[in-house]
Amino acid sequence: MSGPSLMDSLFQRTLEDLIKGLRQQLIGEQAFISKALEEIRKEIKSTDLSTKSTALLKLCYLSNLHFHDMSFAAFHALEVLSSPRFSHKKIAYHAISLSFHDSTPVLLLITNHLRKDLTSTNEFEVSLSLQCLSRIANVDLARDLTPEVFTLLSSNKLYVRKRAVAVVLRVFEKYPDSVRVCFKRLVENLENYDPQILSAVVGVFSELACKDPRSYLPLAPEFYKILVDSKSNWISIKVLKIFAKLAPLEPRLANRVVEPICYLMRKTGAKSLLFECVRTVVTSFSEYESAVRLAVGKIREFMVDEDPNLKYLGLHALSIVASKHLWVVSENKEVVIKSLSDPDPNIKIESLRLVMAMVSEHNVAEISKVLVNYALKSDPLFCNEILGSILSTCSRNVYEIIVDFDWYVSLLGEMSRIPHCQMGEEIENQLVDIGLRVKDVRLELVRVARDLLIDPALLGNSFLHRVLSAAAWVSGEYVEFSRNPLELMEALLQPRTSLLPPSIMAIYIQSAFKVLVFCLHTCFVRGGSTAGVSASASYESFDDLSVENGAGSTVAHGQTCTSAPITNESIVNLLKLVELALSPLLGSHDVEVQERARNLLGFVDLIKLEALNSSGQEENDSEQKGVEATKIIRMVHDAFSKELGPVSLSAQGKVPVPDGLTLNENLGDLETICSDIELPSSNTFSFGYPSEEKDVSSFSNLQIKEDSGQSNESTSLLAEHRKRHGLYYLPSGKSEVISNDYPPANDPALQGDNNDTASDLVKLTAESLVPKRKPNHSKPRPVVVKLDEADEKPVAVKHPESRDDSLSGAVLDILFGSEDILPTSSRSNLPSSNRKGKEKQHMITQVESKENVVGDGNSSSRRRKDHSHGKERRHRKKNAEERNETDRKEKESSSNHPRRQKSRQRAEEPLKVPPQTSVIPDFLL
Amino acid sequence: MIKAVMVMNTQGKSRLAKFYEYLSVEKQQELIRGVFSVLCSRAENVSNFIDAESIFGLDSHLVYKHFATLYFVFVFDSSENELAVLDLIQVFVETLDKCFQNVCELDIVFNYSKIHTILDEMVFGGQVVETSSSEIMKAVEEISKLEAASNAISLIPKSASGWRSR
Repeated sequence: MSGPSLMDSLFQRTLEDLIKGLRQQLIGEQAFISKALEEIRKEIKSTDLSTKSTALLKLCYLSNLHFHDMSFAAFHALEVLSSPRFSHKKIAYHAISLSFHDSTPVLLLITNHLRKDLTSTNEFEVSLSLQCLSRIANVDLARDLTPEVFTLLSSNKLYVRKRAVAVVLRVFEKYPDSVRVCFKRLVENLENYDPQILSAVVGVFSELACKDPRSYLPLAPEFYKILVDSKSNWISIKVLKIFAKLAPLEPRLANRVVEPICYLMRKTGAKSLLFECVRTVVTSFSEYESAVRLAVGKIREFMVDEDPNLKYLGLHALSIVASKHLWVVSENKEVVIKSLSDPDPNIKIESLRLVMAMVSEHNVAEISKVLVNYALKSDPLFCNEILGSILSTCSRNVYEIIVDFDWYVSLLGEMSRIPHCQMGEEIENQLVDIGLRVKDVRLELVRVARDLLIDPALLGNSFLHRVLSAAAWVSGEYVEFSRNPLELMEALLQPRTSLLPPSIMAIYIQSAFKVLVFCLHTCFVRGGSTAGVSASASYESFDDLSVENGAGSTVAHGQTCTSAPITNESIVNLLKLVELALSPLLGSHDVEVQERARNLLGFVDLIKLEALNSSGQEENDSEQKGVEATKIIRMVHDAFSKELGPVSLSAQGKVPVPDGLTLNENLGDLETICSDIELPSSNTFSFGYPSEEKDVSSFSNLQIKEDSGQSNESTSLLAEHRKRHGLYYLPSGKSEVISNDYPPANDPALQGDNNDTASDLVKLTAESLVPKRKPNHSKPRPVVVKLDEADEKPVAVKHPESRDDSLSGAVLDILFGSEDILPTSSRSNLPSSNRKGKEKQHMITQVESKENVVGDGNSSSRRRKDHSHGKERRHRKKNAEERNETDRKEKESSSNHPRRQKSRQRAEEPLKVPPQTSVIPDFLL
Repeated sequence: MIKAVMVMNTQGKSRLAKFYEYLSVEKQQELIRGVFSVLCSRAENVSNFIDAESIFGLDSHLVYKHFATLYFVFVFDSSENELAVLDLIQVFVETLDKCFQNVCELDIVFNYSKIHTILDEMVFGGQVVETSSSEIMKAVEEISKLEAASNAISLIPKSASGWRSR
């Protein structure tokens, strides 16, 4: 009978053997583990509990540290649990709390085991089962074991009692009706003098108050007492957490509590408690000037501390204050700005947040400038953090704080050149958005776009492709603002565009189309057919310079000829350039690229004839055709010159549905078809689809055939390119990006070293905080087109309405005795003793309010003296009542005594008064 | 409330994992990996906090301490104090140190059950119930005694009955 099991247990591997085997790694970890699992599966079926429990323990180990599922052993764990031996029980409880969850099928079988152990005389067994309950309790377990937990709440073993208190949290959460049974005992424990019990109770209340503070307002006097008397930092911290939640609900409570908190803040030596005081004051007592000042003093101490933890927490607390008292940040700006260059990433990000909080309309340019300089020096991660926060701050509420858009647009250009910049998408969106919204900035926008497009080095950086696509779109759309469309054309068609993904390539080609049409239009239509004369009025002011006209198309009109008038000759070259650059793309794999290239080439074919003819000065022969071409140019130009405005997201909704059109019919099928197609993001201006990288490579292969001189390695290519087209490369500094009529956004002094910038920033923020100094901008803020509802409004934070959940309802019932909350279905089958308890509570509150009515008549100082008396009395009374109550509970009588009936009637009275208004304030005094 | 306690070594091997809400093993592994990938990228002598909201969801804070080859990590919500939890880690490590006389990673590797017992004495269902390392020691020793006793009693009758049956 026990022979095989004995053999099993003799040769069974223990957990230690398992660990040793794992460490030796003879057959590899995975193989070893699967072998061990096989053994375990066998052993766990053994009838010998020792073998079984060892197997279970090994399984726990593998599950916990090597992440193997152990749900198959759920029933075996229960079997081990039934063992009378403590060591087996312990393993079983460990396994259960590791692997059981609400949907474990054998969960219901555990109730009796738990009950047995909860009533055990061995405190460690009780503790094990409580621990397990705190982990796995569901509605049923919580309901069935509530009586046991209730008993344990007044256990005379501290070890058990504090755990019973802690388990109440889970029981309440899962089964709110247990509040009616246990809440009073829980509150009794608040008056316990043992710090361990107190710590556990306060811990539970701080968790409860976190979820629904209002229900616990009536307990404020108890918490107040603990706050004043407590010697333990743990308890004080928890009580502070409670008051941080309660104080905003009841101003009179805040009045009372703020003084002890300040006292604690001055007196304590523990940093954790000190920080908790500070945090409590800045979150919940921010109207109390003196308290805030004291807290800010402590925050300053934290921020200059050597310990990075304290520094971080100090900055964190400061950012909490910042929302209400910005002056605090400005007072401490030196420290904040110094922290920007701290080695600790947490500290840097926190201080960045604070710096951004100081940004206003008046200093945005200066702060951004300095931050961009910080970004240049930072590691990639923080660099992008900085750029991201600049972008989001500046674009907040439709560029609310931007006055000088020319400056902002050039800042965007500058930011995209920062080596680590990964914010391409955001910059892209903003460039296009600003182009659409702000008419006045388009000239500058086109100039910034040109600077980006013309730099072949940027094409190699895949993070910038999105920015370049915006630049290409902008320069095509607003080409009339361009100083030199010919140069733009070359930039758009340069060979290195082969590095772009196809979707952006397509945008380039489309923009090239627009630019080309514009050039032709100025040359032939507006300027008439007179060849060789600078074409449009807008170009008249430019000097007429000789056109540097290379035979090859790749050699550009350099920057030496700052403004190239559009001549017939240049048009001819332009057309050649287009043909040369785009003909390889006719074989592109990407349909979008191919189609657009074909469009453009087709157009060029149409036009070429005329252009050639007019350049040859043979007007007579081709008069007819020339006119035709001009017509085409005019038509296409008209098509392109129609302006695109920003479109409200809800614009579609404004279009009235025509009569007889049924929108919701017969489209049900579409849903199934479309469900597996991902919809593109609902951007107002999307440029294409996400690209596929393989296309790029095949695409560049084609390019190489043509441009055999260039290799594919981007670095060597870059170097070579720089040599050959040095004039396209912008000087590396931030050269005169901005015209001079603007305030010192580009002040060269600001580009100094770290310390300089820091001090400058300090100065600037100081200026910014001088209230309402009128900025003397040389230009008024341009009009920003806003759409009525489509533009994002500041998001209003919704506070979750937690009043109506059943837990708080139950707690309120107990504390206020209010019966206006309708009983839940489960409440009806409550034992009658609970109702008794509630009635008692009514009585107490009534008596108390009477006392307080008396107290109210006296002066406040008098009241304070009375307070302790009243409390004493109340406690005594309460205790007496409770003793009564528990006695009765034990009797479990179900009949209604006449006396109870009477108390019920008496209790009826105060119920009619709304409890919050009458009861709470009286408690506080 | 404490959400999770983890101990892992500097190679990312998990040495102790305790989650106070049920999580599937896959999810546990994912979280531990997530935490380690952040931990291993941090320099020495920086603050002991990590932004945990990206890993554990809203209202999560993470405090860790680095001792020799081990990271001790506590994850908790806003009802705990960061510095207090940092002290708690200290208590935990001190207790381990007392239990094993100069604790090292190997002790933790080989004493799986005992480590859990120690932690359970400190943190009960996500709530801190004991912060004194001597109290924890006392309880742990009693529990060990009890375990040993229950095993010792068991051996005699079992073997006796085993012999008798032959």
